[in-house]
This record gives sequence, structure tokens and C-alpha cells, in this order.
Amino acid sequence: MTRPPALSRYPRHIFTAAGAAILILAVTLYLVLPVVALFFRSTPELFLASLGDPEVISALTLSLTTSVISLAVIVLIGTPFAYVHCRHQYPGKVLVDTIIDLPLVMPPAVAGLALLVLYGRAGLVGKYASWLGFPIAFTTLAVIMAQIFVASPFYVRQAKSLFDQLDPAYEMTARTLGASPARVFARVVVPLTAGGLVSGAVMTFGRALGEFGATIMFAGNLPGVTQTMPLAVYVSMAGDFNTGITISILLVLISFAIMVAVRLLAKTEVPHA
Amino acid sequence: MLEATIKKQLRDFSLDLSFRVDNGSILVLMGDNGAGKSTTLNIIAGLVPPDAGKIRINGSVVFDAGAGTDAPVEHRKIGYVFQRSAVFPHMTVSENIAFGLHAQHRDPAFTSRQVLRWLDRMNIQDLAGVRAARLSGGQKQRVALARALATEPSLLMLDEPFSGLDTESRRSVKEVVRQCVADLGIPCIFVTHRKEDAKVTGDRICHIERGRVVREEEVSRFFG
Repeated sequence: MTRPPALSRYPRHIFTAAGAAILILAVTLYLVLPVVALFFRSTPELFLASLGDPEVISALTLSLTTSVISLAVIVLIGTPFAYVHCRHQYPGKVLVDTIIDLPLVMPPAVAGLALLVLYGRAGLVGKYASWLGFPIAFTTLAVIMAQIFVASPFYVRQAKSLFDQLDPAYEMTARTLGASPARVFARVVVPLTAGGLVSGAVMTFGRALGEFGATIMFAGNLPGVTQTMPLAVYVSMAGDFNTGITISILLVLISFAIMVAVRLLAKTEVPHA
Repeated sequence: MLEATIKKQLRDFSLDLSFRVDNGSILVLMGDNGAGKSTTLNIIAGLVPPDAGKIRINGSVVFDAGAGTDAPVEHRKIGYVFQRSAVFPHMTVSENIAFGLHAQHRDPAFTSRQVLRWLDRMNIQDLAGVRAARLSGGQKQRVALARALATEPSLLMLDEPFSGLDTESRRSVKEVVRQCVADLGIPCIFVTHRKEDAKVTGDRICHIERGRVVREEEVSRFFG
């Protein structure tokens, strides 16, 4: 179809191009300027000096450790869960679908409070755990549980979408060849969706690393025990601001690396049979 | 030999079929799209449960509604080739052929022999180490056929295996299917809606309409 002449007139084209450029520039600047400002607030010397700060090292170590553990739990349980959920019809499936997405729309602080009500010292489950000598709230375990609660939908949604797209002919063929359902899952389903699963896992790691609201409510802010990087940034507002800037720059660099990894690994399409 | 009596209520009609396929013989299930051909194969494979009936493959009852027998898919010893060849793209051609043998925990030496035998038989020796994702349509169907037959199934089922193939691939794959079924002496069910494929490949033809057999005859008489 040819364009109507009025739309391809030169002045109008210029106007459209200029309008588009302004729109793109405005949105990009709005997103990038605060991040750039962080880098200008620090100097390489200051950044490197703060890197050696025990508070920074402790927050960084705790954040990376808990995020890796959270991710491992989410992947190990979330992958088979998403697969079973996709492949079976069961009563209440629509409700389960909604519940999976709930942490995405729930304010993280509310999620933290809900976890505290259930697992806190006086909570429904927490009181028994405390009685047995294993308190949950305000421990490193609570940090991990908060991260899992908030970040798991990122992975499970991605896994569900991939399994839904996968042609059932692959699984049916593998079953007729004598493979058990577990073998089909491990040897066929997971390898065929691996690219997308990895990209989902990277996004999930990023979300766990940046978790703040649920963690501060449920795990508190104990240096070396529950004080993750975002919490250390918050604390720095009332203390050493440079430490906060250094941790923030670290978080930005990690986030950027995550986005690059997702771009490189992003393979949300699965092969057709 | 395959003996099957199948009843299943589908959305628009009731599937009610009864047929027998002798060893070394190819039964063609013909009919329009949605007549119940693929569902029939899926029921025999154990991928879709029937409401009633009895399925016996090589003397073993794999499904009997009356006796409550329902063998799982992986125990039915069926080679099933789908319209979309479904070769595993992340594996090489050899790995695809060996997949079923590994799944059935066959002896490694036997597995290696079978892989070489079927690479040779399908004339795809040169492709042994090639990733399946890189194969053409005709090559994929040969790999799918080799993979299905390498496990020495008691029954071969082919669901529109020639669609999407060019004329030359179509001719050579048909030939291979006929030879393999005759050599292995197993029953084969072949689903198609193309008369020319049925004519060249089948021994008997079962014409299905809305889940029922409306005509069953030898190929020569059917097209005579």
C-alpha cells in the first residue's frame, strides 16, 4: 500500500522525526540521569577507598550469598513446579496462576509484614520454630525467604511461558521411545528451554539482589546478619554517605551486567518440532 | 499383530473403531482432517485415554477397560513418528537415534550397534555428528524414523510423516518405510489424507469419517 501523499511531505516528516527524537531523548534522560549523577557524586579514589570498608564488604558478601541461595531454591523448585502446573489441569489452577503473580503487585513492605505475621516469634509457624530453638525472623534465613517470596514470580512466569510454547510433540515422542516423565523433563524439556530459563534466572537474581522492603520488615537491619546492600544504602543516609554511594554504584554495575547478560541470553522462543 | 477396539467420546462425535493389523503389513488410516485419525494413534500409544475398548500389541494387552489394564506410554514398545518429526534439535543425529535405547537402559554395545545400523539403513551416515537443528525436512524424517525403529518396537505408527517433504524425499522415505516394516515384520499404521501416499505405501486402507470406519479394503481394491 502506498502512503497518502500528505503524510510523506517533507516538512511534516521533519516534524514527526523531531517529535520522536524529543520523546526518545526525554524518556532516556529521565531514566539515565539519576544513575549518571551517582557516578559524578563519587571519585575513583573515593570509590576504591570505600570498597575496602568492612561494612561494604559485609553487605556485598551477604547480598551475593543470599541472592545465590534464593536463586538456587527458586530454580530447583520453580522449574518443576512451572512444568507440572503447565502440563496438568487441576481444580483451582486459575487461582494458583493468580497467586503465583501476587508478589509482583503486592507492595514489598506488605509482603515482609505478611511473612513476619506467619514466621515471626509470635507468628502461626514462627512460634513453633522459636520454641524448637530455630527462630526465623531477623535471621539470614529471613533475608533468603523474603527474596524468594518477592523474586520467584519473575522466574516462574518465564518458565511457564516457555513450557506453554514448547511443542508437545517433543515430549510425546520421548515418552513413546521409553523415557519416563522425569527423563523427558531433564533430557528434553529443560535443554530445549534452557536459554529462556537462564535469562529468567538472571532477572530473578537481579530482583533478589535489589530486595529492600520485605527484607527490612521481616529480617531487620542487622549488619553482617541481615543487612544486605540495599539496606546498607538506606543506613548510609544517616551516616557515611560515601559508603552509600559506593554500594549504589556497585548495585548499578551489577544491574547493568545483569541486563547485558539477559540481552545476550534472551532466547524466549523455543524451537518448533 | 495389533488388535484394537477403541471407543472415545470426542467433542463433536464418538470415536468407535475396531481393526487389526498383521505383522509386516501397513494399514492406512485415511480420512478428512478432524475425522479422529491422530486421536486413534494417540490412544494406541497411551497418550490419550480411551473411554472403553481393548488394545493388544504382539499378544500383550496394553489397554483393557474391562480388566483395568492401562500400560504406561513408555512400556508399550511403540515407534511413533509425528507429522512434525520432533527430532531433538539440541542433540546430534546419533544422539537422537540412541535416545530411546538409553531411555530403555539397553546394553551400551547394543546401542552403538543399533545407531550405526540405522544410520546406515537410512543412508544418513554422514550426518551422524550433525546437530539435528541443522537438518532439512527430509533428513529430519529419516532421523525420526531411525530413532523410532532403533528401539525395535512391536508396532510402528506414522502420522502424516511425508507432509512438508519434497517429491524426492517423499518417494525415498516411503520406500524406506515399506522395506523396514517388511524386514522387521511388525505391524504399521500410517495416517494420511493423501490418496497417492496411501496407494504407494499401504496394504490395506481404513477410511474413517467422524470416528467410524466407513470402508476397509485392500489397497488394490480400494483404488480399483
